[in-house]
Amino acid sequence: MAKPIPLEINGKHYSVSCDPDTPLLTALRDELGLTGTKYGCGEGQCGACTVLMDGTPRRSCQIPVSAAASKPITTIEGLEKDGHLHPVQQAFLDAGAFQCAYCTSGMILSSVGLLSTKPNPSTAEIIQSLQGNICRCGTHPRIIEAVHQAAKAMQERAR
Amino acid sequence: MSASSMRFVPEPERYEFTAAPLHHFELARRDFFKFLGAGIAVFAVAKNSLAATQETAPTRGFHSEELPEDITAWLHVGEDGVVTAFTGKVEIGQNIRTSLAQSVADELRVPFDSVRMVMADTALTPFDFGTVGSRSTPTMSPQLRRVANAARDLLVQAAAKQWNVAPETLRAADGKVTDPASGRSLPYSELARGKTLAQNLPADDPITPPDQWTIAGKSIPKKDARAFVTGEHRYTPDLSRPGMLYGKVLRPPSFGATLTSYDAKAAETIAGVTLVRDGDFVAAAASNERIAQKAVEAIRAEWKEEAQTSSKELFAYLKKNAKPGSGERSLRTKGSVDDGLAAAAHRLDVTYNVAFIAHAPLEPRAAVAEWTDGNLTVWTGSQRPFAVRDELAAVFHIPEKNVRVIVPDTGSGYGGKHTGDAALEAARLARAAGKPVKLVWTREEEFTWAYFRPAGVIEVKSGVASDGTLTAWEFHNYNSGASAIETPYTVPNQHIEFHSTICPLRSGSYRGLAATANFFARESHMDTLARAAHMDPLEFRLKNLSDPRLRAVLEAAAKSFAWPRKKTQAGQGFGIAGGVEKGGHIATCAEVAADRASGAVRVVRVTSAFECGAIVNPDGLRNQVIGANIQGLGGALFEAIAFDNGRITNPRFSQYRVPRFRDVPDIEAVLLDRKDLAPAGAGETPIMAVAPAIGNAIFDATGVRLTDLPMVPNGLPSIKA
Repeated sequence: MAKPIPLEINGKHYSVSCDPDTPLLTALRDELGLTGTKYGCGEGQCGACTVLMDGTPRRSCQIPVSAAASKPITTIEGLEKDGHLHPVQQAFLDAGAFQCAYCTSGMILSSVGLLSTKPNPSTAEIIQSLQGNICRCGTHPRIIEAVHQAAKAMQERAR
Repeated sequence: MSASSMRFVPEPERYEFTAAPLHHFELARRDFFKFLGAGIAVFAVAKNSLAATQETAPTRGFHSEELPEDITAWLHVGEDGVVTAFTGKVEIGQNIRTSLAQSVADELRVPFDSVRMVMADTALTPFDFGTVGSRSTPTMSPQLRRVANAARDLLVQAAAKQWNVAPETLRAADGKVTDPASGRSLPYSELARGKTLAQNLPADDPITPPDQWTIAGKSIPKKDARAFVTGEHRYTPDLSRPGMLYGKVLRPPSFGATLTSYDAKAAETIAGVTLVRDGDFVAAAASNERIAQKAVEAIRAEWKEEAQTSSKELFAYLKKNAKPGSGERSLRTKGSVDDGLAAAAHRLDVTYNVAFIAHAPLEPRAAVAEWTDGNLTVWTGSQRPFAVRDELAAVFHIPEKNVRVIVPDTGSGYGGKHTGDAALEAARLARAAGKPVKLVWTREEEFTWAYFRPAGVIEVKSGVASDGTLTAWEFHNYNSGASAIETPYTVPNQHIEFHSTICPLRSGSYRGLAATANFFARESHMDTLARAAHMDPLEFRLKNLSDPRLRAVLEAAAKSFAWPRKKTQAGQGFGIAGGVEKGGHIATCAEVAADRASGAVRVVRVTSAFECGAIVNPDGLRNQVIGANIQGLGGALFEAIAFDNGRITNPRFSQYRVPRFRDVPDIEAVLLDRKDLAPAGAGETPIMAVAPAIGNAIFDATGVRLTDLPMVPNGLPSIKA
């Protein structure tokens, strides 16, 4: 049996006992049942598996679970607080920024990461930071719109 | 499962339609009320349903794209006022769950939120051929409206009986029946109380016409949308069953390879692994995916491979392998092309090539399979749950009634999820393991072992008179398909033919089928002809076009795009294209910026005008139209499957380029709402005009006519000296 690896996900402490080189994505989904984070390609190319690690968007399929030990990780399940959606979730909902929505978790977490460093991003900056996230349904314009809306809502809230 | 039974996995029919199997209600009425509780239920049993199915089983071919019309539906109004509508349709991102619920709410006169849709569960929902061919809106929506309408009648009658008044004097609205004379009213929940009232649908009840819709026709947000932004929604790969194992398949090294030797001694030593070797199917199940993967990697297998062609020789191969006489069934002729060409002032003869492309749905093929006492339940992302059920029943030699297929709302399909491959594999492993098994294809498996949009060669020969009137049109499509092969333009002399060939890769449906290829060839060709006739491309099209609906979208797109536009900078170009398919009318204008020095092409702006009759949900439709254009950019500009000797050589997102944020232009969707027409489907047709519009814009910008899809996988071709 592999040595237990401590994980801190969405403010909760877990311990997983998988091989240390198991991708964080697999640990989240198969060990912890946090299936909101999606598998899309396994090579860090599609962004469906994006989580925040130390507040930065990372491709969880590319991170060995051992490298995530004890670092604060946020998944899509951790964004909602006390029944209130995160402003980015709310903006995606309001903008109808999804079709099949399989990419949505990754899009939202990449956007949350962007807004934490650039509270008022330009369209070019949004495109730049979401370039690694694939949406096959072609909802890109609404996703960009949702990020703008979320930025506005977060700035208003911060005031 | 023998080698031959694995091969049973049907090649997905290129035209999406095969003979319909016989079907019947799986859920007896008694069980129905047990399942849903008391209330009022209406069943739509089409007249002579079984006989009709047998007699009208459609044949594949040129013009057989009609589904059997006997699709049934049912609906229940419960004592709690909840309306449950059942349909075998699948939600794959096209938002049909929402738009069908709108139609039900509209017809039954209940608030939208009181309608619950039960979809795509072969044990609970009526037989459905599949969520294919843009048929859900034109076929399923009126079916559900008819049952909702009949249920409303039953509720009105129940109230009339209770009040002892004539039903015609009563009004149904907002989930209640009201007696305008006395002002009294009863909610549906009360009228349904204590009843187990079921009724077959009266033959031809009228349904509410679009100009009287109150809930349909509005931009209602996606049903259950919240669960998609919280990660709560469970797609197939997210499901879990008690004791579930994870499966992995050992894939052959190339297509068609057969297993010649198999040594699993090393794999057998790995604890907790179930191995299956059944013909050429080799797979493992274990308590986690990594152990299953280790087990298949530990199997020593040798394969006999067959020499096969490559993408480099593809188009010559397709032409060389055309089946003689295959075009007869798919031939349309009118007048004499020779005479038409002789009368022409300008003649044009061009060959267009279309590459194989992959659907690449972000949710890969996946299934969870569970056997209980000889009964098999499979959850899988498929557009055809009943076909998957039938495949499973056939492969495992069990009756269809012992198989239940459930499709959770799925991470897209685009025509790529018509087969049940992952379901068969998971079910075979689950049977061997005696435990539920989940199998999720890797991206590489998805790119390799699914199926592709067929490649094709299209030859067009045409003539135009000096005044810009088309005189001759000869159109040959090799392999890619016959959808929208006919020209919407008026041409007195035509020869249009589809030729089947030996297709080197497993091919099947793709959003829009071959219409995208046929639109590309036709609309590129029309553009060149317009220039030969010294006419504006829009003016040229309108001159040769009588279809008022197609004219309307061309004019609407042009107006919004401000066609014809003057170039304001070097490398700028504008293009237009349009056409009709599956009841939808599409016209698209594109602006490109092309840099001859670097070869870079950027699509700057796209305007699509679309008309599909009465619009059920404008916001959902806009999402489809814009999304289709973006998806279409990929096949237009850079998507192509590369293959060599039975192997896909670019089976990853790092090697197979799909549209990303930077590729997305400004896109405008102009929606024409025809309240006087029944709604048609909208999932496919909006993808069809973007490639030729871009190609025509590239020509306008550079003078280079690109005749192959994709057009610029490596940028613009260098100028020939």
